[in-house]
Amino acid sequence: MVDSIHPSGAVDPARQVGYPDPPPRMGFFTDTSLCIGCKACEVACKEWNLVPGSGLDLLGMSYDNTGALTANSWRHVAFVEQPRPVGWQITAPFAETPTGPPVSPATAEVAAGAGSDSGTRPGVPPGPDPAPAGAMADGSQFLGMPGTDLPGRRDRDARSDMRWLMMSDVCKHCTHAACLDVCPTGSLFRTEYGTVVIQEDICNGCGYCIPACPYGVIDQRRGDGRAWKCTLCYDRLKAGKTPACAQACPTESIQYGRLDDLRERAQRRLEELHAAEVPEARLYGHDSNDGVGGNGAFFLLLDEPEVYGLPPDPVVTTRDLPRMWRRAAVAALTMAGAALAAFVWRTS
Amino acid sequence: MAEAHPVGFQWAMEAKARGAKIFHVDPRFTRTSALASAHVPIRAGTDIAFLGGIVNYILRNELDFREYVIAYTNAATIVSEDFRDTEELDGLFSGYDAEKTSYDQQSWQYQGQEEAGRRDTVTERETAAGLGYESHGPPISGQARRDETLQHPRCVYQILKRHYARYTPEMVERVCGIAREKFEEVARAWTENSGRDRTTMLVYSVGWTQHTVGVQYIRTGAIIQLLLGNVGRPGGGVLALRGHASIQGSTDIPTLFDLLPGYLPKPHHASHPTFDEWVDSIRRPGQKGFWGNARSYAVNLLKAYWGDAATPENDFCYGYLPRMTGDHGHYQTVFDMIDGKVKGYFLVGQNPAVGSAHGRAQRRGLANLDWLVVRDLFMIESATFWKDGPEVETGELAPDRCRTEVFFLPAASHVEKEGTFTQTQRLVQWREKAVEPPGDCRSELWFFYHLGRIIRQKLAASPSPRDQAVLDLTWDYPTSGPHDEPCAEAVLREINGYEVATGRPLSSFTEMTADGATAGGCWIYCGVFADGVNQAARRKPGREQSWVAPEWGWAWPANRRLLYNRASADPQGRPWSERKRYVWWDEESGEWTGHDVPDFEKTKPPSYRPPDGATGVAALAGDDPFIMQGDGKGWLFAPTGVLDGPLPTHYEPAESPVRNPLYDQQASPARKTYQRPDNPINPSPPGPHSQVFPYVFTTARLTEHHTAGGMSRTVRYLAELQPEMFVEVSPELAVQLGLTHLGWAHVVTARAVIEARVLVTDRLSPLRVEGRVIHQVWLPYHYGGTGLVRGESVNDLFGAVLDPHVLIQESKVGTCDIRPGRRPTGPALLDFLADYRRRAGITDGPYPPIVTTDGSTNREA
Repeated sequence: MVDSIHPSGAVDPARQVGYPDPPPRMGFFTDTSLCIGCKACEVACKEWNLVPGSGLDLLGMSYDNTGALTANSWRHVAFVEQPRPVGWQITAPFAETPTGPPVSPATAEVAAGAGSDSGTRPGVPPGPDPAPAGAMADGSQFLGMPGTDLPGRRDRDARSDMRWLMMSDVCKHCTHAACLDVCPTGSLFRTEYGTVVIQEDICNGCGYCIPACPYGVIDQRRGDGRAWKCTLCYDRLKAGKTPACAQACPTESIQYGRLDDLRERAQRRLEELHAAEVPEARLYGHDSNDGVGGNGAFFLLLDEPEVYGLPPDPVVTTRDLPRMWRRAAVAALTMAGAALAAFVWRTS
Repeated sequence: MAEAHPVGFQWAMEAKARGAKIFHVDPRFTRTSALASAHVPIRAGTDIAFLGGIVNYILRNELDFREYVIAYTNAATIVSEDFRDTEELDGLFSGYDAEKTSYDQQSWQYQGQEEAGRRDTVTERETAAGLGYESHGPPISGQARRDETLQHPRCVYQILKRHYARYTPEMVERVCGIAREKFEEVARAWTENSGRDRTTMLVYSVGWTQHTVGVQYIRTGAIIQLLLGNVGRPGGGVLALRGHASIQGSTDIPTLFDLLPGYLPKPHHASHPTFDEWVDSIRRPGQKGFWGNARSYAVNLLKAYWGDAATPENDFCYGYLPRMTGDHGHYQTVFDMIDGKVKGYFLVGQNPAVGSAHGRAQRRGLANLDWLVVRDLFMIESATFWKDGPEVETGELAPDRCRTEVFFLPAASHVEKEGTFTQTQRLVQWREKAVEPPGDCRSELWFFYHLGRIIRQKLAASPSPRDQAVLDLTWDYPTSGPHDEPCAEAVLREINGYEVATGRPLSSFTEMTADGATAGGCWIYCGVFADGVNQAARRKPGREQSWVAPEWGWAWPANRRLLYNRASADPQGRPWSERKRYVWWDEESGEWTGHDVPDFEKTKPPSYRPPDGATGVAALAGDDPFIMQGDGKGWLFAPTGVLDGPLPTHYEPAESPVRNPLYDQQASPARKTYQRPDNPINPSPPGPHSQVFPYVFTTARLTEHHTAGGMSRTVRYLAELQPEMFVEVSPELAVQLGLTHLGWAHVVTARAVIEARVLVTDRLSPLRVEGRVIHQVWLPYHYGGTGLVRGESVNDLFGAVLDPHVLIQESKVGTCDIRPGRRPTGPALLDFLADYRRRAGITDGPYPPIVTTDGSTNREA
């Protein structure tokens, strides 16, 4: 327990939980520089895993009408429109056109106020405060609502750059998974492939795993309240098959394989992109020394994680539990001692 | 491509990973643009100006692949001295007849062959005759005068140079709204990446064809590819991404009114009274090339249709073939329905109430039939229009009084039946049945086979001669299973062709004979069942064979993966370069060889020169790679076969807010129009009132939905991904009109008004055109009134104006007005539209003039 919540370099989570001779740890490498936003992963996942439909609401968050990873959407393609360049562009898309200032931050704010009935909790509720979405879409140069000048009449603040980032998000299958730590029924378990799976017939819907996840991945279905998320297609893995999303991905943006191999491949891809003048490319969740001991599903991103709505420095939420328990134990002992002392004192 | 063809786009991504640069020219920044090296926003409908600019850039800087151009194209051919270019006639070519709005093509011919241009171009337009050229060039005599120094003032090269001389980067900027630097970036990349060692590929999708000048769009692309030596070579070409699975298949074995299988034109009642006249109109005695064997192809088809009844004595039952009498295209048929001339209609896998332009006319037509049969996977708008179409809301259509009796028959999906798909590379791939169709769902094959069987039963005793055509048909496919499903492989076997006496499947169309000894349903598919093996079902993995993968499926003709691949070798038969080695002449063995099946007579050496008077295949020289063209050359200049000019010319769309900056002639002078009060067209310059519809709109697909939505709005997992109809607008237009993100707007044309949610996005930008700011908006065309997610149909906004060659409607560009908020409802909607038409001056005509030049105006360049 202590080892699994105190990151100490690369660990094999399957071996750690007692599989004597586990198969290699398997995972996803999602390379967002290859994602074309087709959402085939979302559909293939739902088809294979018989996931219910989610909301039929227009969210206005670019082409994202899924909104978030929920109990009814185990893959979620995020779309980020920004008036900024991307490394492989050799020319600015809207250079010399009569444009005004960008609207992306303002539309992101509007979209943040739109919710969707995904049939789950917390699901995709309207955001209480739209400002962070705007700031996220804007990056460093938030300009607020679009200007009211007639287009073509201003040369300041004309937008010429444009990038459209797409990223298929999924459960990270953390090396140190807090959801697993807090699950009281053992419904959440570590598989022999090192993945983290919820067993639907054991989950009692207590919901402890939901706040435990540092990425906000886990969500409950309304009704019986059970929690659902990506299983990395545990059944398909058992049958030697590729998970449905990776199988469906037309551009190999989602790659499935041995985590060791994927990390090597990711490193090579990163170097290629850096050499090809895409310096903004970076890996996320690949580092076994990060706050969750690295992810079984990691990513190549084209900007800071916040741009995609990912936490920049995720920490396994149960990391401090042992320390807290020790303190609580001391406190309890002290209390008990005091009470005992009082009792002794009184009876003496 | 990433939007509508995500699976195919994996290869674009693979090429990118190997260093290819991707340029994406599109009015809006799409998922393709997101991955592209450069996005070039363009004003919708100005592609010929843009591509013509590239032609001019190539010629002005002498960047053409000269050796290829001289040997393999008609650049050196001398054109008639009667020819006059659009530069001289202000946007018209010589031979224009303003009354017929059509061309006499005699002056476009090669010198000395003027007579060949004497054709009835009006009838050719009515009958979409251009479609017949999909697999082969139009007729032209092989022997033409050439000047291989390219100096003759009337050689094609010089004509091309003069025609595009004003398509400068500055003009491209004025017409298309594309900055000069950006244009030059594309031109530079395209030319630098073409030549001996490198090739560039041009990819377009179906939207390119949906313009009044759609065929000429594609021709402009082909001219560039020919000038740069990018045709018939690996990594080159003009790639058409088709709109559905097997759209290529449905032109090869056509679902078209004007074609028979294998691109044999359907006979016309007046032009082709006899079998010989029909065959000669295809093979053109005296012409070069493989169409010399057209008689065999025609005989084999008729033998496949009528079997033993088809004999040499009765011209193989040619008399049974239905004849064309004029335009039987989709839009003419719809107007005929409205006029009560069509009584019954089959709709199979098509949803015209949403998917076809001028949705209102489509629905009014469907509502005026005696009966309508709809076969589809889901209950689509074309089957329910009578109770929930937009016309019900306005009171124009009363469900209890709609006269059409609708029969809805559920269809089997592609996984519930066996058969083939033919994709854009002409690759025929066999498809197994994965599951049984549920309930009453049946395959098309089942439906038509049994329909035919029952009709034949009912007619069996008929003494009427007209019924003999049906009774003499071969209609004997083996059936199996509880529903008597016909065997699809038996159909493919018949398509392939066989020896009548023995039943032996043919291996190649060269085995087809004209005496009735062989029968075959589609000559270009001959070989798909060679050796009695379903070659289309081959599934050898790519890693177990050469990179051309000839053992995956089967490609027509003769399993060739790359057409005209003789051009991948130089005139002497050597590869142009090691890097682009593909097919070459092997001197030792005396034959053509290479990675692919050579698209040339196997043992005809590069040095072969035809003897005087040779015709057909023998007339093709050893360095004539374009073997289906009448002169064996790739055509930069098209002396015939095109109806609106031998060279692509920029015309404005039929509806445009901009006066044509290049010529007085505003729009295509040969476009096909239907001048009826129920098909009003928005005014354009130089006429008045174009400001009533000041914005440009264009439409396309979303990855998440399929065409008219019948297969995606009805499927929960797809519907939820794009759940509502929307219109994309730039922030600049949003400010100007007071549109808000996720608010409502309505879009208005002379035909209709529809409402949609607003997405304000930085992915759209206004363009500066002729000193004005032009705003373009974009809408998806997937939505209609039924299904899990619903929305108003953007195709309602279009009218019917067509390309003259193939009768495809201009439905990728139009003009409109946009207003914030929701549209009027009920009868008020009709008043609202009437008011727009009144303001636009089109209440009861007049129709915009076709000709807008009087020939006297000189426009500055």
